[in-house]
Amino acid sequence: MGKTLIEELDMSKFTEEVVKAYPKKVAKKRAKSIVINDPDSIPEIQSNVRTIPGIITQRGCTYAGCKGVVLGPTRDIINITHGPIGCGFYSWLTRRNQTRADKPEMDNFIPYTFSTDMQDSNIVFGGEEKLKVAIREAIELFSPKGIAIFSTCPVGLIGDDVHRVARHMKEEYPGVNIFGFSCEGYRGVSQSAGHHIANNGLYKHLIGNNDNHVRKNKYAVNVLGEYNIGGDAFVIEDLFERIGVDIVATMSGNSTLEQFETAHTADFSLVMCHRSINYVAEMLETSFGIPWAKANFIGADATAKTLRKVGQYFGDQELIDRIEVVIADEMKAVALAAEKAKLKTTGKTVMMFVGGSRAHHYQELFDELGMETLVAGYEFGHRDDYEGRRVIPSIKIDADSRNIEELTVVPDPTRYNPRKSEEELAQLKEAFDIEFNEYKGMMHDMKKGTLVVDDLSHHEMEKLIELYHPDVFCAGIKEKYVVQKMGIPMKQLHNYDNGGPYAAFAGAINFYKDIEFIACSTIFKQMKAPWEREEVLEAEYVFN
Amino acid sequence: MLLRHTTAKEIDRKALTINPAKTCQPVGAMFAALGIHGCLPHSHGSQGCCSYHRSALSRHFREPIMAGTSSFSEGSSVFGGSANLVQAIDTMFTIYKPEVIAIHTTCLSETIGDDLVQIVSKANEDGFIPEGKQVIYCNTPSYVGTHVTGYSNQVAAFIKFFSIATPKKRNVINIAAGWMEPSDQREIKRLTSVMEARTILFPDFTDVLDAPLDGHYKMYPNGGTTIADMKLTGDSKFTLGLGQSCTEDACIKLENKCKVKFEMLDIPIGFKATDRFLMSLSRHANVPIPESLSDERGRLIDLISDSSKYLYGKRVALFGDPDTLIPLTEFLVSMDMKPVYVVTGTPSKYFTERMTEILKDIPEAKFKSGEQADMFQLHQWIKQEGVDLLMGNTYGKYIARDEDLPFVRIGFPIADRPGHNYFAKTGYDGGANLVKQIMDAFLDHFDRTCLEEKVEWQL
Repeated sequence: MGKTLIEELDMSKFTEEVVKAYPKKVAKKRAKSIVINDPDSIPEIQSNVRTIPGIITQRGCTYAGCKGVVLGPTRDIINITHGPIGCGFYSWLTRRNQTRADKPEMDNFIPYTFSTDMQDSNIVFGGEEKLKVAIREAIELFSPKGIAIFSTCPVGLIGDDVHRVARHMKEEYPGVNIFGFSCEGYRGVSQSAGHHIANNGLYKHLIGNNDNHVRKNKYAVNVLGEYNIGGDAFVIEDLFERIGVDIVATMSGNSTLEQFETAHTADFSLVMCHRSINYVAEMLETSFGIPWAKANFIGADATAKTLRKVGQYFGDQELIDRIEVVIADEMKAVALAAEKAKLKTTGKTVMMFVGGSRAHHYQELFDELGMETLVAGYEFGHRDDYEGRRVIPSIKIDADSRNIEELTVVPDPTRYNPRKSEEELAQLKEAFDIEFNEYKGMMHDMKKGTLVVDDLSHHEMEKLIELYHPDVFCAGIKEKYVVQKMGIPMKQLHNYDNGGPYAAFAGAINFYKDIEFIACSTIFKQMKAPWEREEVLEAEYVFN
Repeated sequence: MLLRHTTAKEIDRKALTINPAKTCQPVGAMFAALGIHGCLPHSHGSQGCCSYHRSALSRHFREPIMAGTSSFSEGSSVFGGSANLVQAIDTMFTIYKPEVIAIHTTCLSETIGDDLVQIVSKANEDGFIPEGKQVIYCNTPSYVGTHVTGYSNQVAAFIKFFSIATPKKRNVINIAAGWMEPSDQREIKRLTSVMEARTILFPDFTDVLDAPLDGHYKMYPNGGTTIADMKLTGDSKFTLGLGQSCTEDACIKLENKCKVKFEMLDIPIGFKATDRFLMSLSRHANVPIPESLSDERGRLIDLISDSSKYLYGKRVALFGDPDTLIPLTEFLVSMDMKPVYVVTGTPSKYFTERMTEILKDIPEAKFKSGEQADMFQLHQWIKQEGVDLLMGNTYGKYIARDEDLPFVRIGFPIADRPGHNYFAKTGYDGGANLVKQIMDAFLDHFDRTCLEEKVEWQL
């Protein structure tokens, strides 16, 4: 038998090669974040540790994870950034969180950004008063149901207490839910700290506030860690409408305050982006008895698998049948689209470095296109996102993680209601291999010999492309034009290059088309002028 | 409606900014630093600052934007960022090998009071700054001024660190460039070369933020003002500062440091500002304005004359930065249009003075700068009495759609259309480009929305 592509490429030398350029200490540290995968014996990968100063990183900050990622997509909360103008400005409409407030009278603040625009006098004398006035003005102008306050770096340093302000203002305006987040940019090593802080806030200030969710259907789930980039949540909503299962809350794509408040009434939580929302999933389990399972709507097969999981969970034959009808119906178009795209994409290679789940999920879609993932890594994942939750007990808690509040969550005295007994959960696992409150991580699904790189640096990216020439490289906007200058097509998996939706069946078809376009695009063949190409020079000799 | 909560009713806002017409200092410093050849900007603060600024600039220019960060943790925020910055300097020189690192601060490092002079000298003592390489720095606290201030501070830092006066004076004119596109600079360089004037343009984004796609990524593209040229600015005979809020500080610094006199001019947007630029260059470089440029001017005037029926009296709302808005508003007035609402988040007395003068014959015109001079305010004015055209950055499209307005993109950021870094808005040709964009916006809108019988085959 011939060697597989992965074997032929032999990426075991990469670490040694790439760290050569680094100062000694940096080399030593980076080497621990670059590993060759073996799904049968998953190696440890260093992750969720500080980026070395001066390294050009993909990562952002805690504020970005809290305000930008988790709270940003909710349409009817006024998100006030307490700080100088920049943070509010950069998180304004930049993440493509689509939203649909169907009626004109419904609140939709997504196209707005709100900031206290702190000036030097506020830094010197404190900004709490200005924040209070800003909240009053927001209420006078917009009468929102809720106001969230997000702290930027200087806020924590000068000692402004956004929680105290929130409490005061809530007393002043009892009808408005006002709450703050201490999500100063410096708090964690990446956006990930912000996710945790946001999850804590959702639990403390919103989840469980409203028991009155009116069901349309018999069964109801939460879709957690789905942010409706490019309309992903819309297609998932459509799908659940068709199988006849309610989505109580999506966290937080296309969501409303009410969805957060009623999330505890669902029967089951489906976790898309484990990294950004696993805390809420756990809290809903502990507090209200709602089990969660890892879900994935990226990839047609993954979507089918997730839907079947829902059917199996509820164990209702009518539901199971409805799900099968939807899957069979959707799969026809999917198969046709895949067949067409695969003519162009089969055998191509891809590398991807995004997020805390996307670098895992999108491997499914590329797999469906017959493309091979050579290297993958997260921007802000933890070891459990790579190696699986089984490693959580062995993760060393460092100073950067310790300063994020760990909520003590206990069963709700009146509303804790295990949706499934231990026995039922065990039976479901036995019968259908549904793993509850578990995530096996990215490396479990990657081939032996592939490379995994956490918190990829600019230098490492250049080296990967130089050594292994992928056909498509996936990352974010900061990487996009670097990669393309090298003549390699680049697909953004944060904002989809304004494409999408890519979730569920309809999304898979969109994705196939977009990757087919990338595979067929001819412009990269025109990088050299005719007179710079060798064959033309040869032709000239003839004429000479 | 996208901005469904915006109504005509104003309240006297004192604290809440809604949809700003500005962003914070450091992005301006990062941008300006890209205009020096071989320079790696460095953001001394949290990772998020650097990430946000790189993303904003990448989305605008659709080009690689490289910069380092000190990656502050909670510990460095408490104990100071010195260790982070020293390590960053070592890491960057070792791996990314820039000629110069241009550090700018953030609200974080400013609030804790990090002393860049002391930190950089420590990095030097520790041997982390290789022979022949340089580290320059400027203070850009996000809670003072705006992105424009950051740009200005970075350009002033170029003078502080690079410019040297030697006894050998040169017959060269410095052009300190305000915030503009590489296309705008390319046009300015073309004009100076047609005039046969010897100039040094700084910062220079041409061949940096409009680099060709040829299969080779260059971390330090071919363009950018070279450090050698920056040093020589001290020996030039005169400086033209294009854009008061972005370049006046640098011009003053250069005069104080190297005795190079200067004149402040507007960015040459529109024929009047271009006239002044060419005449000033002609006077100071002692070169004539060739007939070919008179012809270029004539072609622009011809185009405006052909379009004037459609431009006359049209009410325009604009938002952006003072250095762009001043000549742009003047240009619109010079085409008999009515810029009735002008808003910039950048606080500027100079803006107020110039707008008062430029808009003196349009009594209904309103303008505002500084805090709460935001797009929400602008939109409220539009709700009170409508306009015919909106001009500004990408965020304007939400107002344009809600109010069904023709919209011309100008300013920063333009994230939703390509090409602004390729097609100039400066000079007479740039003016023609603007007139064409305005006319296209008007006529495309009219053709799509007018009664069928009113669709005209001709202009």
